[in-house]
Amino acid sequence: MKTVPLVLAPVAQTGARGLTSRGLAAVLAAAAAGLLLLGLAAGAEGWSFAWGDDAALISAIRAPRTLGALLCGALLGLAGALAQGMFRNPLADPYLLGSAAGAGLGVVLVLAAGGLLGASMGLAAAGALMRLGLVGAAFTGALLGMLLTLVLARGAGRPMVLLLAGVVVGVLLTALSDVVILLSPEALRGKQVFLLGSTSFLGWASVATLAGALVVVLPLSLLLARALDALVLGEDSATSLGLPLPRVRLVLVVLMALATGSAVAQAGLVAFVGLVAPHLVRRAVVVRHGPLLALSALAGGVLLLAADIAARSLWAPRELPVGVLTAVLGGGYLLWLLRRRMAQ
Amino acid sequence: MGTPALQAHHLLLHLGGRRVVDGVSLSLRSGEWAALVGPNGAGKSTLLQLLCGLRVPEAGQIDLAGRPLAAWPLRPRAQAMAWLAQQGEADGDIAVRDVVRLGRLPHQGLFGAPSAADEAAVSTAMADTECAAWAERRLSDLSGGERQRVLLARALAVQAGVLLLDEPTTHLDAPHQRAVLRCLAERARAGAAVAVVLHDITQALAADRVLVMDSGRLIADGAPHDPALQAALMAVFEGAFSIETVAVQGRTRWVAVPTF
Repeated sequence: MKTVPLVLAPVAQTGARGLTSRGLAAVLAAAAAGLLLLGLAAGAEGWSFAWGDDAALISAIRAPRTLGALLCGALLGLAGALAQGMFRNPLADPYLLGSAAGAGLGVVLVLAAGGLLGASMGLAAAGALMRLGLVGAAFTGALLGMLLTLVLARGAGRPMVLLLAGVVVGVLLTALSDVVILLSPEALRGKQVFLLGSTSFLGWASVATLAGALVVVLPLSLLLARALDALVLGEDSATSLGLPLPRVRLVLVVLMALATGSAVAQAGLVAFVGLVAPHLVRRAVVVRHGPLLALSALAGGVLLLAADIAARSLWAPRELPVGVLTAVLGGGYLLWLLRRRMAQ
Repeated sequence: MGTPALQAHHLLLHLGGRRVVDGVSLSLRSGEWAALVGPNGAGKSTLLQLLCGLRVPEAGQIDLAGRPLAAWPLRPRAQAMAWLAQQGEADGDIAVRDVVRLGRLPHQGLFGAPSAADEAAVSTAMADTECAAWAERRLSDLSGGERQRVLLARALAVQAGVLLLDEPTTHLDAPHQRAVLRCLAERARAGAAVAVVLHDITQALAADRVLVMDSGRLIADGAPHDPALQAALMAVFEGAFSIETVAVQGRTRWVAVPTF
């Protein structure tokens, strides 16, 4: 009979799939490593593992794009886990707080202004300047959208008010974007291309920016993980445990804004990665928010990189925008989840 | 008996234009467990929220260990006083043991590491509420009664001198209701001041002291055997029960017998 606890012990520490958080981390890390290699090999003309011959192509285009997709997905997965923990809602999404509409407005404004400028400048120069301006405008717009949401909600003290303010900001800024587009219709196409969610523009500068954002946001999020654990009990119970909740929530929103803003600025509005990555992790393992945040970042990176490689190779030599692919896959996953819930 | 651990003076609070707490003064003493009863909407839960600082009264003052509640920094206050919410809010995918560990947050802070004392407090609380068997299960996978025991363990794990519990026996079967009440009585014997909102009048009459609320006012406050208290109870609940004396295991007990 003495063996019974020994048999039960490892089972008891694992999730529904019998995975520990370390096991899941190992699986995800291995997947990331494998996908990184595949990402270097996936080109417009099929798979090529003769890296010596393609060195220039790889270092200039495929390597930054592949790394960028991983980092972008990681930021979105992390932001999603932060949003879901903070709002105590498993369907919360990093774009909730006005960041998507803010980024859209920023991009449209730059495009409209660029349309006026472009005529008097060389095309290549205008293109490069435009790209730089768009990234900056998307980032600034996303942050300002979230800031406006915070101001309207008078801080992050009441999550319901914060969510409503996010909706209002979303509607307002989208309306503003529409007005700008009405005045200079050519901005519409540019906005669509830029915000559709695409990893194809990611260069080394993007990789550096995304890595910088992740290096700042991930450790700070991990420091606040126990506050997210306490929020599981509810707002009042968390407060009764001595947490300065409004301040904690403000820091969380800022971290979410940084992660989301950086990702949106580099790759547009990539749908569903932020929503689905934490879901997958929670289904696989039973963990506190510390491991959940880290694993969600890893899972988000793996998801977006996998989607990126699929987007590059499924329809080669043409390319699908990765945002379309993640929307289809993420939507399908949620639908499957819904059917399972209803069946139970 | 005991020193006042928590004192409230003339508390007043309106919610939605209604006086939810209306001039309540009371004193909770260390070593005593008090039951707080009253009809639905009498203001019991709101009073507990005021007492633990989750709401701020419009008028009146609360002293915790002789010091105004507002003057306490958040963490020391959370170490001194634990609160259990009415059921419904807590939900999530984290493991039961990690939920109970949250009770040690006031001692560790957000960034501290758990000590041996922390883990001991967690294990004791889980043993007291008999939820150690599902330590690794998800909170969201538990039944209502199981969840209630885990959340109670979370509140007990704080090992606070003042325990304010809002309906801790809801959803529990009879043996576990008894276990919870015994556990609270033991905590009081060990020196805690315990205030518990209860709906079962017979359970409330097992307390050291019964506080009766109606329409925001504290209308009676006394020992269970006090005839004035018993009369007030029956009046507040519109004579829905009568209070009878029975001898159980050689001790005198009071039982609320429904009058239908």
